[in-house]
Amino acid sequence: MSRVLLGIGYVFLYAPIALLVLYSFNASRLVAVWGGFSTKWYGELLRNEAILGATLVSLEVAALAATIAAVLGTLAGTALARWRFPGRTVFSVMATAPLVLPEVITGLSLLLLFVSTEQWLGWPQGRGVLTITIAHATLGLAFVAVVVQARLAAFDRSLEEAALDLGAPPWKVYATITLPLIAPGIATGWLLAFTLSLDDLVLASFTSGPGSSTLPMVIFSAVRLGVSPQINALATILIGLVALVVGLAFWLGRRR
Amino acid sequence: MSATKPRPRPSPATGDEGAGIEPGKEGAAPQSFVRAPPAAAASIVRIEGVRKRFAGTTAVDGVSLDIGRGEFFALLGPSGCGKTTLLRLLAGFEQPDEGEIFIDGEPMAGVPPYRRPVNMMFQSYALFPHMSVAANIGYGLKQQGLPRAEIAARVARLLDLVELGGLGERRPSALSGGQRQRVALARALAREPKLLLLDEPLAALDRKLRERTQLELVALQRRLGLTFVVVTHDQEEALGMATRIAVMEKGRLRQVGTPEDIYERPRSRFVADFIGEVNLFEGTPAGAEGGLVWLDTADGRLAGTGPSGAIALSVRPEDIEIATHRPNATNVVVGRVEGARYRGDDMVVHVRLESGKAVRATRLPHAPPLPADADVFLSWSPQDAVALAE
Repeated sequence: MSRVLLGIGYVFLYAPIALLVLYSFNASRLVAVWGGFSTKWYGELLRNEAILGATLVSLEVAALAATIAAVLGTLAGTALARWRFPGRTVFSVMATAPLVLPEVITGLSLLLLFVSTEQWLGWPQGRGVLTITIAHATLGLAFVAVVVQARLAAFDRSLEEAALDLGAPPWKVYATITLPLIAPGIATGWLLAFTLSLDDLVLASFTSGPGSSTLPMVIFSAVRLGVSPQINALATILIGLVALVVGLAFWLGRRR
Repeated sequence: MSATKPRPRPSPATGDEGAGIEPGKEGAAPQSFVRAPPAAAASIVRIEGVRKRFAGTTAVDGVSLDIGRGEFFALLGPSGCGKTTLLRLLAGFEQPDEGEIFIDGEPMAGVPPYRRPVNMMFQSYALFPHMSVAANIGYGLKQQGLPRAEIAARVARLLDLVELGGLGERRPSALSGGQRQRVALARALAREPKLLLLDEPLAALDRKLRERTQLELVALQRRLGLTFVVVTHDQEEALGMATRIAVMEKGRLRQVGTPEDIYERPRSRFVADFIGEVNLFEGTPAGAEGGLVWLDTADGRLAGTGPSGAIALSVRPEDIEIATHRPNATNVVVGRVEGARYRGDDMVVHVRLESGKAVRATRLPHAPPLPADADVFLSWSPQDAVALAE
């Protein structure tokens, strides 16, 4: 009985995805009609310059945003886990707010920020890859901070004390003991931030400018004009990529 | 604490000074009298009126203490007595709120742990899990900026010292508990500290290994001529290893002395009770004569030796004789046997006195059984009853 329920659950979760993958190999142009097995849509996808360009933009933004998020998130996570300072609670809530805030609101507030800083400071000039990257880094930072904070909370402080006792000044203790031991957490956070950025449509829509469309934006606008089997092929590749990255993050997270 | 077995009372010095301790010699705890007390050595540690408070509690409350060069010094007390805090104050992980600490004559106020001539062995060992055994041991040497070849040579010597030769490339997680303990010890010794601090060094080992490691630690300390300060809650461990013991309670030093002092001449009920099993008879002073102190207790007038004005007598179970007829002795009390517990090398008899007080006495394991429904007489010599002033 419980197995049947489990089966129903899995079907509910994965049937749409399986169907999408299946139809990406459909020879027919009509989305809902099976016309035999073919990989031609994958070939056409590779010749589609708009999609290839958007893919490059997305990967660039994701890698850059994840890296910024990893650095800032590690610092934020360390500060939250280790220090008691005035306004710590406020900082904690602020750093993790993007986790729970509707993306529409985060996107809108970031857009307002960018517009007003451009007016007052002249930077950033217009919106494009830079502003999307900043927006995604903000989102990713929250995830990295949470992961790093959790890892530090479980950290045996006597390891750091032992290193201090053996003559290493605090910065060296952080570099040789703390950082290597929380590295799997940081890597997990980086991968999470990377996939989040790759997935994101809402923040990107708010903060992008002309000529800087990310992959989800291109897919979304293409779908509105009618679903092409090319999109199925693209979606299949994306699912594979995201599954790979999430699997990697999970594996890293389980290692000590 | 009461579950520990009574330790054979140290007999007078046998004069085999310098014979050293031979490991495996039938597992007998090393008797501290084979080690010479530090003869007029200048103190390596000087603690002056140190006080340390944590939110709401005073962990260390006005402690003053001198520890001599080459001593094996034990800080002994129940958990929460402040002994670990005192050790952490020496290591520099905590700064005293009041008072001063000198190590080798240098004031330590404001000196961070990484600039102190002190190393510590942690209770959890705190081995770096992402480094090999050799890298763990060499970590402190690397911080000194020694050339790589010298670090490797010294690590190899240290591995030999703790009998772990050939295991340098392993990760700590691939070692047994006893091996990890040795790695932690080697790492703490690597920088040749003036003072080695050991926080419950044997607590994580099983009983057999603990006894052997006790002997090895003492032998190592003597061979290297280092000063060891060890924190322990195990009185047997402290009695067996230390040249001097400080018994702590609630952040204060209750008594400082050699193991013999502490065991045979406790000054307070707390110390007497903490160091092994004792029976305490509390009462009011009833005068002193002929070297004996008399006390009026609920079980009659009893005699002991010690300061006049004492308020309690401490008698160890092994010093009490049990008889079925009233013996002719200075101290005799009457009671009924409540039960007996066989412990292998002896038997503990629980006797309920007429006053309602429970007393423990030991007998030989094969002594004839005692009547359960008749009075028995407990007696002991006044020399075995230590009079306690507090």
